[in-house]
Amino acid sequence: MTKDGVSEDPRGGDGTVAGGLPDSAKPAIEVHDLTVAYRTQPVLWDIDLSLPEGKLIAIVGPNGAGKSTLLRSILGLVKPVTGWVEVFGAPYRQRRSWVGYVPQRESVDWDFPTSALDVVTMGLYGSLGWLRRPGRKEREIAVSCLDKVGIADLAGRQISQLSGGQQQRVFLARALAQDARLYLMDEPFAGVDATTERAILALLQELRSTGRTVVAVHHDLQTVREYFDHVVLLNMRLVADGPVATTFTNENLQRTYGGRLTVLTQAAEALLGGENPEISNPNV
Amino acid sequence: MFDLSFTARTVLLGATLLGIVGGALGSFALLRRQSLLGDALAHAALPGVCLGFYLTGSKNPLPLFLGALIAGIVGALCILVIVRNSRLKQDTAIGIVLSVFFGAGIVLLTHIQKLPLGNQSGLDKFLFGQAATLLPRDVMIMAILGGVVLLLVLVFFKELRVLTFDPEFGASLGFPMRGLEVFLTVLLVTVVVVGLQTVGVVLIVATLITPAAAARQWTDRLGIMVLLAAAIGGFSGATGALISAGWARLPTGPVIVLVASAILLVSLLFAPQRGMLWASLRERALAARIRRENLLKDLYRWGENAGGTWSEPVTTALVMGFRGHTRQQLTRVARRLDRKGLLSWTDDGITLRQEGLEQAERIVRRHRLWELFLTRRLELAEDHVHRDAEEMEHALTEETEARLDALLGYPTVDPHGRPIPRSISGSDPQRGVA
Amino acid sequence: MSPSLIVILVASCVAAACALIGSFLVLRQMALLGDAISHAVLPGIVLAFLFTGERAPLPMILGAGSLGVLTVFLVEAFHRTQRLKEDASIGVVFPALFSIGVVLISRYAGQVDLDLDCVLYGEIAYAPLDLLYFQGNSIGPKALWVNGVVLLANILFVIVLYKELKLTTFDAGLAAALGFSPIVLHYALMSMVSITVVGAFESVGAILVVAMLIVPPATAYLLTDKLSTLLGLAVGFGVLSAVLGYWLAYLWDASIAGAMATVSGALFTLVFLLSPSYGLLARWLRQLHLGRNLSDQLLLLHLHGDDEPQSTDQLARRFSWRARRVETVVDRLEQREWIRRVADGIVITPSGELAIEKGGVGPLRHRPASQ
Repeated sequence: MTKDGVSEDPRGGDGTVAGGLPDSAKPAIEVHDLTVAYRTQPVLWDIDLSLPEGKLIAIVGPNGAGKSTLLRSILGLVKPVTGWVEVFGAPYRQRRSWVGYVPQRESVDWDFPTSALDVVTMGLYGSLGWLRRPGRKEREIAVSCLDKVGIADLAGRQISQLSGGQQQRVFLARALAQDARLYLMDEPFAGVDATTERAILALLQELRSTGRTVVAVHHDLQTVREYFDHVVLLNMRLVADGPVATTFTNENLQRTYGGRLTVLTQAAEALLGGENPEISNPNV
Repeated sequence: MFDLSFTARTVLLGATLLGIVGGALGSFALLRRQSLLGDALAHAALPGVCLGFYLTGSKNPLPLFLGALIAGIVGALCILVIVRNSRLKQDTAIGIVLSVFFGAGIVLLTHIQKLPLGNQSGLDKFLFGQAATLLPRDVMIMAILGGVVLLLVLVFFKELRVLTFDPEFGASLGFPMRGLEVFLTVLLVTVVVVGLQTVGVVLIVATLITPAAAARQWTDRLGIMVLLAAAIGGFSGATGALISAGWARLPTGPVIVLVASAILLVSLLFAPQRGMLWASLRERALAARIRRENLLKDLYRWGENAGGTWSEPVTTALVMGFRGHTRQQLTRVARRLDRKGLLSWTDDGITLRQEGLEQAERIVRRHRLWELFLTRRLELAEDHVHRDAEEMEHALTEETEARLDALLGYPTVDPHGRPIPRSISGSDPQRGVA
Repeated sequence: MSPSLIVILVASCVAAACALIGSFLVLRQMALLGDAISHAVLPGIVLAFLFTGERAPLPMILGAGSLGVLTVFLVEAFHRTQRLKEDASIGVVFPALFSIGVVLISRYAGQVDLDLDCVLYGEIAYAPLDLLYFQGNSIGPKALWVNGVVLLANILFVIVLYKELKLTTFDAGLAAALGFSPIVLHYALMSMVSITVVGAFESVGAILVVAMLIVPPATAYLLTDKLSTLLGLAVGFGVLSAVLGYWLAYLWDASIAGAMATVSGALFTLVFLLSPSYGLLARWLRQLHLGRNLSDQLLLLHLHGDDEPQSTDQLARRFSWRARRVETVVDRLEQREWIRRVADGIVITPSGELAIEKGGVGPLRHRPASQ
């Protein structure tokens, strides 16, 4: 992937160059005392969280830990019982144009009659607003975004004829078209081939190098260290958050995953090459 | 036949209009997997029509329309409330609303019919529709409503596209998805109401879904699909109206539905790409190719076993024995290969030609590479890999084969100790390394 | 037998048979397949008429039954091609078949003793007049015989295959592993649906059959989790709809079948609102209760971390709650003596601290990490 892929400054200005932002910068996301319940079950419980700008941030936790719900609350798609979320110091509604969203790939019907280019163009609907239709300019932007994810040649292809990895790239291109400062991604690496995984990673790193923030729900514990700067460990409550080096520890993982040994074994392997006596002893 | 009476022309116009609007709106219902919502809305409209008549005492279209609209929307709301607040699923909720509202409508209808009013006859035509009772005034209303609906679809096409494809993403962009959903439902109810008099509540679902399902087979673009569905709907409406006008006692609604269904059937079978006929032809072509490749491979292996020489013809009887073919079966496979110059078939038997030998080599190479990959990389037992390789040898592309070759380090023998052929077509071990 | 009694008996038979078989449709989420079958049997009935020239029950059941199975087959065939989604295949198949039926009736109106009104809302009111003859002697109303036999067949079907039906309905995978073929059972069930629908068709018409098939089982499903109870309740609701429906139709001088559907809808609404286990009201109350619990805990946990008293204003800002909500929560907690008001705000009491330690309040116990 070429360096000039994501070169211009993000909307809103103060994006910085490689290396991230100084610590004093305003957080990209601030979650305050957030509790969310679906019907009779609380899904997120009393979350306080502040995520720095310009980093690649993973949200990690077991199934049903509320990872997707956290993303959806940031996007204002679910109504919290208590608390609030701010994006760059204001409610999401005022910051919509600064945020790009990549839903889970399974969330849509890929047999839908539309081309890859059409899907990417949807990323521009927000800035177009009501009534205006996408025209030549929008098509050009969309093609350039497809190019950034390396599949410009598939622009006219019907989306069901794309491989899983290509479909994921289309979704990423759609988010790129939003030209945001903050990208929220729900499992961007789920079910993609190795090539796509590398391409997506390169793209994320490029986004970071131009000062963008990426928050991604991630399920593969083995790659957290390699791919991300910052990690949020979640299991209904916030277990821990912070830089990967200090936060993604064995102890925190155990607190996050509790007695789920299969996952724990994976985690132990990722961390210590499978030699941790404390974890491989299944007396939980 | 085209010397139509005034009534017939009115009917023709009304049915065409309905088909166009129904097809366009039905596309969205179909893609949102709400095909049967239209059915429920239509049935739910019946008590509204009856109440409209009951309250105003006239068959003036406006109150009937309003009644149907309100009842349809209430029906849609009921479905939503049931699904959101109980353990019952969408299908049951639709079934409940559809049948209970219809039942209530029938109660009202039969009750009204026994009232001493005198002008209520014809109300039951809303059940199956009776296009012949259409008046120019009705068609005018249909045209206005239909026009408004189409205009709204055009204006909000972009928003409806997001709603249909990825509502959550739309919501993240700030579009009010719930509102758009209600908007689309109101448009659907309007179409249902437009169609009441022409095809009746029972069959309206077909004017929505059948043209859209047919259109979907011909295109992969939403815009074209909507246009095409409108065209198919309009055509079915017009044709249905003409047929039933020219043929005594045939009700218009069912004929329209049957025309649309016939178009759907043709589309499912013959549409390019998605047509079932082409799919089955492609399948047969693939099967034939596999049979040809197998013959080449068998001939190659025969020569290999005979000491690596392929110049001697193999007798026809022997070749038939390879896979237990009859002579007829063998002829079907071999003649084509003979014509393409891959082998020659004479009275002495079958000989691979140079080009055939190269192709056979490629197939055998793929087979053996795949076996090697399975045993070495996936660590499967040697005696388990043959069957898998039998399939992969026909499926691997040249590019994958090259990568596989490189991955395995350009091997020379397969897991069973047989050579991996490279000599003739010259898959150079050094290629790709330099 | 008085004519009213005959009508009520026929209606009850129809309702009970439909409720029994419909329960499985609702549980298997195939309600709309039932809808499709009930429309699609029409051409089968008409063809049976045309071939036999009379309303003989057996040819009708055979003709319509095979059409019902054909419908299921067609819907699945279209769906399997992956060109159409399941709802769309239902939505295109049954209107086409129904249209064929209507066209046939219109073309051969003279030969078919069946009009469109009957197709739509049945003619149960005439049931007492249409008698069945055996060796020249009348042996009672035909509709009663037909629907009685259908009901009996349904009862037998459910009793004999109860275990298999239960298994395939709730765990098709396990059933297949145990050697019960879900497909065979599926088609057997659909054949029974078709036969039931044909029996009911003449009495209540194509669309109101759907009401009888789906609404009573759906009502019962809101009251119980047990299959046998569900079947019993469904039959009960069905028969009740039939009896009350007859009475209502008599009062309003309206269609009996329509009134039956209306009553079943009213019963459904009642249960939907008031069912103690799955009703709307019970749900709201539970949610309200949970909401309270949640708010209580949030406030308590918040105070727990802080020694300083907090004013209600501060709390409201902190939780982004309205002042009124804070007051209610504070009142409730104060009543339980978990917090108390002091001069400049609110503090947690020792018993409040204890409550947190015990994790004694609602959702804390549901914490997935501690499972």
